[in-house]
Amino acid sequence: MQAFWRDTVEFMPILLGGVALTIIVTLGSLLLSTVLGLVWALMRVSGIGILTGLSGGVINVIRGIPIIVLLFYLYFVMPEFGVTMTALQAAILGLGIAYSAYQAENFRAGIEAIDKGQIEAAQAIGMGWWPTMRRVVLPQAVKIVLPPYGNIMIMLLKDSSQASTITVAELALQGKLIASSTFKNVFTLVALMYLTMSIPLILLVRHLEKRAGRK
Amino acid sequence: MIELTDVHKSFGKTEVLKGITASVDKGEVVCIIGPSGSGKSTILRCINGLEGYDSGDIRVEGTKVERNAPSIVTIRTRVSMVFQRFNLFPHRTALENVIEGPVYVKKEPRAESLERGRALLAQVGLAEKAESYPPQLSGGQQQRVAIARALAMQPKAILFDEPTSALDPELVGDVLGVMRKLADDGMTMVVVTHEMAFAKDVADRVLFIDGGVIVEQGPAKSVLNQPQHARTQDFLRRVLHPL
Repeated sequence: MQAFWRDTVEFMPILLGGVALTIIVTLGSLLLSTVLGLVWALMRVSGIGILTGLSGGVINVIRGIPIIVLLFYLYFVMPEFGVTMTALQAAILGLGIAYSAYQAENFRAGIEAIDKGQIEAAQAIGMGWWPTMRRVVLPQAVKIVLPPYGNIMIMLLKDSSQASTITVAELALQGKLIASSTFKNVFTLVALMYLTMSIPLILLVRHLEKRAGRK
Repeated sequence: MIELTDVHKSFGKTEVLKGITASVDKGEVVCIIGPSGSGKSTILRCINGLEGYDSGDIRVEGTKVERNAPSIVTIRTRVSMVFQRFNLFPHRTALENVIEGPVYVKKEPRAESLERGRALLAQVGLAEKAESYPPQLSGGQQQRVAIARALAMQPKAILFDEPTSALDPELVGDVLGVMRKLADDGMTMVVVTHEMAFAKDVADRVLFIDGGVIVEQGPAKSVLNQPQHARTQDFLRRVLHPL
């Protein structure tokens, strides 16, 4: 046990550097996937054939490609087409795109769960498509979407470790580097740190759910 | 003010409106009665473009109703609708429900809309419920908020789609009372209803619809008291004496 604490003190600074990158990758790709997911979902429910088909196609293509392949593609293949980016940018973009598919399906489920009568009531007072979405449908869909959204956040936090495959020195990669150079068990610590980071996300969702449920 | 000429409408292979020709004048109260599935609600929903129609012509104040044309917004702001299941926005208070259209569709100043919204809630007897959310209100109260929401658009006419069918019997009177007052004030109203007493007392005209056609129409009292057509007689007998 004493050895564990000694190692903890020794490795902590390096691991905290990894934590910083893990948080940046997670928040960056969370933001990107939320925005993209909302765009796909709104296209899907727009009632315009081309947009619905396009969004359905995009979602299925994204869902069908493993995250790691997507990351390799962005980081190693795109430069051949003249598009170069840093490992961090590629990680955020790749995870953001990959997760936008899950976000989109979650948002769509939330939107489609809203009673058709709500949309008719909005139309009957002369509201167009976008005001109906913004003022009537989306505020009500938030409540339905939140619990799975919390799930997605935590999955994304954990999947941010895949950024290590394209050299982003986030928590998992730092752990692996320490392990391979010291032959010590650093992964208990790494696991505990991931767990610790997921707690604020869980609390955030619980708080938002409570706030949405109050009305 | 509202004119329908030979309106046909099918859902898939089922033809629900088989040539409806009717008109509603300014200040008139018209009740549409008939068995369920006869196309009553569909007529209302075609008038404000919630449903499209296949052929024929519907005009509101001379403007043709086309649900995908920009003019539909103008028609909807002139012809309000009250739904069977209220369809209030549950995430907004009664007052916010009432001012939603004026503020976000007609772009009227918020302060002015709030003032008028409160007056309208008072008019339907719910001044003290302005800050309540719909789930906190009874069905009858919700429907009266929905009527206030319809009035807030300052419409030329209001369509009522079975406004009391989802209410507990003891709450029906409050809603019908509000509607009667509106009629007395000269509002143009088209009411799909099963409340024959209301139709007899308040309506100027009654249309009896069955199987997608107008079987009989005329002044409320004559249609309801001396129906000419066998199907009307049969329907009224079953509604008035269900046992």
